[in-house]
Amino acid sequence: MRHSTRIAVGPVQFRIGSDWAAPIAALDRLYAGYPKDEARPADATVRLFAARPWRRWLRPSVHIGGDFVVPDALPLPLSMGLLAAEMGMNLQIALGWRRHMLLHASAVAHGGRALIMSGESGSGKSTLAALLGEGDWRLMGDEFTLIDPAGGDALAFPRAVSLKNEAIAEVAARVDAARLGPLLAGTPKGDIRHLIPRADAIAAMHEPARPALLLFPRFGGEAAIEPMAEGEAFVRLTEASTNYVALGEAGFAALTRLVRETPAFGISYPDSAAGIALVEQLWADAAR
Amino acid sequence: MPDPAYRAPPPGALRVEPLGEVTAIFDRRSVQTHLVVSPMPEILEAMGAGDCDAATLAARLAARFDFDGAADVGAILTERLDELAALGLVERA
Repeated sequence: MRHSTRIAVGPVQFRIGSDWAAPIAALDRLYAGYPKDEARPADATVRLFAARPWRRWLRPSVHIGGDFVVPDALPLPLSMGLLAAEMGMNLQIALGWRRHMLLHASAVAHGGRALIMSGESGSGKSTLAALLGEGDWRLMGDEFTLIDPAGGDALAFPRAVSLKNEAIAEVAARVDAARLGPLLAGTPKGDIRHLIPRADAIAAMHEPARPALLLFPRFGGEAAIEPMAEGEAFVRLTEASTNYVALGEAGFAALTRLVRETPAFGISYPDSAAGIALVEQLWADAAR
Repeated sequence: MPDPAYRAPPPGALRVEPLGEVTAIFDRRSVQTHLVVSPMPEILEAMGAGDCDAATLAARLAARFDFDGAADVGAILTERLDELAALGLVERA
């Protein structure tokens, strides 16, 4: 690869190579505040490459490669190279990581205890985490949360937050513009703009937090809280984990422990302010 | 036709974790997770080490469940045992 960089997000050391300079430059800007260790071996490798060498110039389109590939992933135009890099990083971790149980969930921490939010794309878990992370909370991650199978702690994976569509304006109004990446308009996932987590969240990314509250947010409808039984939380989290099956009994033990020790609720909310109010209310009870 | 006999998994094959209303069972042999509700965990527990048919099982479970003199307990337990066999958690002896 002609261009490359290394990025450490939580416990994962990425090596990202690209046929083009632009995606690497964009990554280096987003991840400038993250710790760098050039000597440490990479846990995951992402490659952004041109379909044919000459296409690098003629009509540049980015293919995503690495240790794991999705054969039918569409090539993206070079203007979306940053999105391709993000997708590649997610893919390598979702399919390859074995040291922790991986939950497709956002997380924030307060006083050494973690609030974990799991939901489909569009549930608002990412936006809620980003907004909470601008307040009293430490952002642990907007997309993945790692659970230590031995001790049960949650570990942060604070990659640059991927803000989508309406969330872009909502968050942009509250943060310094220097913490926002370029607007990627009209991607297959809609408009995307990355938010660099606060410096204190990046500095604390290796600090584990004890899970204290599990939420399953659903955006839309009236504000509502529904307690969730351990069995349902277990089923939902097996579905939200990309490596539950691969971990075998360690995953089973980690997940049964997590749902048994952590109160869980489904929440519905019409807008972010209402969602945050529900979160703060449930946290006040859970953190007692 | 005599009652079919079933064999419980060998000791240590299952890891059983009650989660409120449901019970999560990890089968170390198949590396599969099963979620079951009562009376499945009680049946597995009552089967013991040897081969076991529905009548024997009914006698053991009578101590924990009030069958209230129902005549079809044996048939119902045979159905449950067949379901456990379909999950691979017990086998026909």
